[in-house]
Amino acid sequence: MAEYKHVLFEQMIKDFAQNEVKPLAQEVDELERFPEETVEKMAKLGLLGIIVPKEYGGAGGNYYMYIQAVEEISKVCATTGVILSAHTSLCVAPILEYGTADQKKKYLPLLARGESLGAFALTEPNAGTDASNQCTVAVEKDDHYLVNGSKIFITNAGYASTFIVITVTGMTPKGPEMTAFIMDRDLEGFSVGKHEKKMGIRGSSTCELIFENVKVPKENMLGKRGEGFKIAMKTLDGGRVGIAAQALGIAEGALDATVEYVKSRKQFGKPISAFQNTQFVLADLATKIAAAKCLVNVATDAKQNKYSSLSVAAAQAKLFAAETAMEVTTKAVQLHGGYGYTREYAVERMMRDAKITEIYEGTSEVQRMVISGALLKK
Amino acid sequence: MKIAVCIKQVPNTTEIKIDPVTNTLKRDGVPSIINPDDKAALEAALNLKDKCGAQVVALTMGPQQAEKALREALAMGADEAYIMSDKAFAGSDTLATSTIIAAGLAKLNPDVIFCGRQAIDGDTAQVGPQIAEHLGIPQITYAAQIDYDQDRQALIVKRQFEDRYQMLEVSGKCLITVLSSLAKPRYMNVWDVVNQDLKEINVITRADIEVSSEHIGLGGSPTKVDSTAAKQFDKKIETFELDPTAAAQAIVDALKQRHLI
Repeated sequence: MAEYKHVLFEQMIKDFAQNEVKPLAQEVDELERFPEETVEKMAKLGLLGIIVPKEYGGAGGNYYMYIQAVEEISKVCATTGVILSAHTSLCVAPILEYGTADQKKKYLPLLARGESLGAFALTEPNAGTDASNQCTVAVEKDDHYLVNGSKIFITNAGYASTFIVITVTGMTPKGPEMTAFIMDRDLEGFSVGKHEKKMGIRGSSTCELIFENVKVPKENMLGKRGEGFKIAMKTLDGGRVGIAAQALGIAEGALDATVEYVKSRKQFGKPISAFQNTQFVLADLATKIAAAKCLVNVATDAKQNKYSSLSVAAAQAKLFAAETAMEVTTKAVQLHGGYGYTREYAVERMMRDAKITEIYEGTSEVQRMVISGALLKK
Repeated sequence: MKIAVCIKQVPNTTEIKIDPVTNTLKRDGVPSIINPDDKAALEAALNLKDKCGAQVVALTMGPQQAEKALREALAMGADEAYIMSDKAFAGSDTLATSTIIAAGLAKLNPDVIFCGRQAIDGDTAQVGPQIAEHLGIPQITYAAQIDYDQDRQALIVKRQFEDRYQMLEVSGKCLITVLSSLAKPRYMNVWDVVNQDLKEINVITRADIEVSSEHIGLGGSPTKVDSTAAKQFDKKIETFELDPTAAAQAIVDALKQRHLI
């Protein structure tokens, strides 16, 4: 029997992105407003639990569907794209992969139905690319761990209820021993701090997290004690496929808008699409987007099938898609001329949104480290 | 309550291309959608499923590729799907089509049948009412709203006219044709998108229904399309050379004559 789910899912997500997400994109950017109503709609349609198995209340879909959702939504609104990506890749996926049966039973249905939005907390003021330089400590005491410290730049933080938090639980000769915990927002001593004002993806909620003597029950440890760094790195491998899809979507959205614009904008008595410079720029951009799409597909395959090539494939997809998004949006603004520099046109927002894809979930430099590291290790 | 919804897969364009030789619709290369009125009928049924647990069965007649329309209906939340497909059905006009669909529906034995008002590729609005006639059940056309009254166990239907509406209560078997303005169809949802692959599309063929061969297919279709043409608008220009007062009067008279004012 032929499978129709991918055909139908594509139709569904395109309709949803065009009719529900696109109309709000400019407003959520302008007002720096978290699109709560869109998140609610996504939850109702099962989009927050695409990869969650049915037994946990999810849709029982796959990574191909999830990645396509991030791409299609990011074509029209990168803010909404990263909300879905951070929730799914950075919170749902690690619980699915490293959670105990009880943790899965407790958290996955809430996350899948969108009753709880997910977030992931690794970055600290002094631990960005140098992620192992963590200061948030968790000290074992009776039936719990006592957590103190802070995190910054945490996506979804203002609206999330379930957080994966990476902490330091001790020191080893090799460096800090890191451990991951699932933390509920309502734990005493856990608070959400300053909301960052950003250049792009301005509707997404990026905040500081503060932990003051937070008692985290031992059963909330994700994976084993000391596995925190591994879990964080593996989670980011998966997350990078999502961000690569977001970058790809931004690039595609900018190209679509530009193709439409150059056909209608007239200079010297003809549409600017009639000039060879326009044609050649568009041809190059479309080709790079096609190449980025291939890399995203390879990385999605690796994630779906648990290939060991995921780490490098995801790094390559994110590196190339992010740099493509930056190039495409910059040239899209250039082809729009003065209009492209105004907030009347979506490409202005897309150019600001594209920049973050070269930075978060591992900068482009980190992706080069991952790729070259694998090459030179051989 | 078992609700059968008749849906039709139609080309996604308002510009229908006609095969000049056979005078039938050319469907190749045109993306297909569920006819908008039918999709509203499906939404009306799914709405009743949400409210009072109705069972929703989608049915279509057409070639095998019409399966996609049924798959979409399942992905929106329909419980079962049936396709009536057979070479013997090919070339059916509205009368033969309604004969076939009525025979299929007789087998499914639904409590209520919902149809779209009309299809955007033919615009006849005939099939729904004809099905009701074949089955000998009452019909309500142009429904703009359908609710279920639990206490009275009856459907409350708002029937739209150009300048007024009727409120009708109906219990027992009936057929209702639905306007696309009744409801904005819901999106497919990921749960049902995934689930529909696990469901069979039930096929109903010529052998499964009891109808006379004289009444189905091209041979059973009394309608013969002689020619089809796009509507032509003739622009007539009349010139009056009058002074302003007389000209104004002439314009008013002309508009009155055409009942425009």
